[in-house]
Amino acid sequence: MTTPGRYGSFGGAYVPETLVPALRTLEEAFDAAIPEAAFQAELDRLLRTYVGRPTPLHRARRLSEAWGGAAVFLKREDLAHTGAHKINNTVGQGLLAARLGKKRLIAETGAGQHGVATATAAALLGLGCRVFMGTTDMARQAPNVARMKLLGAEVVPVPHGAGTLKEATGEAIREWMATSHEAHYLIGSVVGPHPYPRIVRHFQAVIGREARAQILDAAARLPDVAVACIGGGSNASGLFSGFLEDRGVRLVGVEAGGEGLATGKHAASLTAGRPAVLHGALSLVLTDPDGQILPTHSISAGLDYPGVGPELAAWKAEGRLEVTTATDAEALAAFRECARLEGILPALEPSHALAAAARIARELGRSGVLLVNLSGRGDKDLETVLKAGSP
Amino acid sequence: MGLDRVAAVFSKCREGNRAAFVPFVTAGDPDPGATPSLIEGLAAGGADLVELGIPFSDPLADGPVLQRSQARALAAGTTVDRALAAVAAARAKVAAPVLAMVSASLVLARGAGKFASDSAAAGLDGWIVPDAPLEESGPIRDAAIAAGLAWVPLVAPTTPPERRRSIAETARGFLYYVSVAGVTGARESLPAEVAAAVAALRDVSPVPVCVGFGVSTPPQAETIARAADGVIVGSALVAALEEALADGPAEAVRQCLAKARLLAAAVRRARRSPPQP
Repeated sequence: MTTPGRYGSFGGAYVPETLVPALRTLEEAFDAAIPEAAFQAELDRLLRTYVGRPTPLHRARRLSEAWGGAAVFLKREDLAHTGAHKINNTVGQGLLAARLGKKRLIAETGAGQHGVATATAAALLGLGCRVFMGTTDMARQAPNVARMKLLGAEVVPVPHGAGTLKEATGEAIREWMATSHEAHYLIGSVVGPHPYPRIVRHFQAVIGREARAQILDAAARLPDVAVACIGGGSNASGLFSGFLEDRGVRLVGVEAGGEGLATGKHAASLTAGRPAVLHGALSLVLTDPDGQILPTHSISAGLDYPGVGPELAAWKAEGRLEVTTATDAEALAAFRECARLEGILPALEPSHALAAAARIARELGRSGVLLVNLSGRGDKDLETVLKAGSP
Repeated sequence: MGLDRVAAVFSKCREGNRAAFVPFVTAGDPDPGATPSLIEGLAAGGADLVELGIPFSDPLADGPVLQRSQARALAAGTTVDRALAAVAAARAKVAAPVLAMVSASLVLARGAGKFASDSAAAGLDGWIVPDAPLEESGPIRDAAIAAGLAWVPLVAPTTPPERRRSIAETARGFLYYVSVAGVTGARESLPAEVAAAVAALRDVSPVPVCVGFGVSTPPQAETIARAADGVIVGSALVAALEEALADGPAEAVRQCLAKARLLAAAVRRARRSPPQP
């Protein structure tokens, strides 16, 4: 990093002046809290006794067989409380918010997993909670809307644009502009203005730390390839940060190919994006030549986002991160395969990672070792999967 | 031209002991063809400067009225080139400076240098980039200044005093004080501390200080015009346009201009009449 919050040429804090002091206060609080033994002890305690960490590493023997014999390990973030990795970040940032004396959490959500995880942390810590959600996403992720309300959160529908994560994020940031004195904006991915990408990666890095130790234990070696799906990039950032210095470990991010890159109906910002500013950060974004943000498509609400974390864009630019895509159809097929062969219903987001992992496993062959981040459970997606018809 | 034209307007207003009236409209709302006549109408109706929003798909600082306005403009086919062409078309008939409110995303997509030279060529006089705060604005500001454009940074109610000074020092043309912590849009009442904040800002600012965000009624404009060097009104004008859209684009433009004339009159009479109780 050359200047704070820069990852190569990406990152920064392109926000209205109103928010600059709040971001600075947040960064100072984060920097003060992290080295503190008491803060870390409280976070560790909650991760262990509330979130259910460490999450297991499962050796997926039947997927291995189906994929040509490479050893396949699944990092079971779906078994974390609320059913996805999102809770790692919301508990961490929730503690920060409480430390800052904030009364309320504001969040955006796409699939609803981050919204549920934020509402959960708010309930646990005795904070108010307002979650912004696009109306399209509210329709396709109705169970999570009900969950958030049961957890005591207010769900604010965002009708404009396509009614998805992009619009919800914009609205959450606008709300924060007027309420930063009493509310903490709890962003759900490694996106947004500095210092958010750094904070979210920090709280998600537990995934990679655990997975590295677990695979050394289970396979007696590091994996050849670590695979994670990328929407904004928080689960990928969390997994990959554990292996960044292990140069022999290939890091593969899997973006939403939607109906195919050629159709334009996808959400593959690292693959097809240009440098642009979205939600306060300069990163790779799906835009037109003017810089207008383009509509996206993915069967998975959690990947349906035109931007990506600036650090991931930098990892790609440096060549550290390989990027591929999986289409809606490939993700659905991977969902079904994982259900039948491993007894696990993965969320549609990590189903993209599984689809790409199947291809990579076949390339690696029997001697290969593959680590896949199973970032969430698929219960929320049953309606989508059933609607897509039988295989 | 550019910065000089902006500076000349504020000198003239100072000589007349009045604040400048700065209406805002979105380029391409309700359609790209309407924009040159809208700029001309605003200038004829008492605008000292015109602020023209270049529509962006995801404007962070804007409330619902300006979000809808930008969505309409984009749906009507407004591009950056068409917005600049509208400025060029109006420039032939309008002496008032025209400044663009433009997102960093659009500036960086074209490249700040190219955006600046294209702006100057179209007869645009300056930039306000609401999502390029001090830490990020360097290259964009440099490009604007190199092209002879005014550079108008923003100070918010949340900005600490030392930082206000640092921001003011980068301003060329004028400084924009955001009257409320939040997005653009009409407010029923403005914070009581605006006048004091503007007075303090004028003490440290080498350039005039204009106030915007939340100013929507003639009495509000009058109050601000007593304290500030300029009054910026956006959402209220765009709301007037939007409300009349059902009667067609020509009527929408007429209603917008009528509202602007009322606000211009309020700004002009502010320092000639005693404050309202």
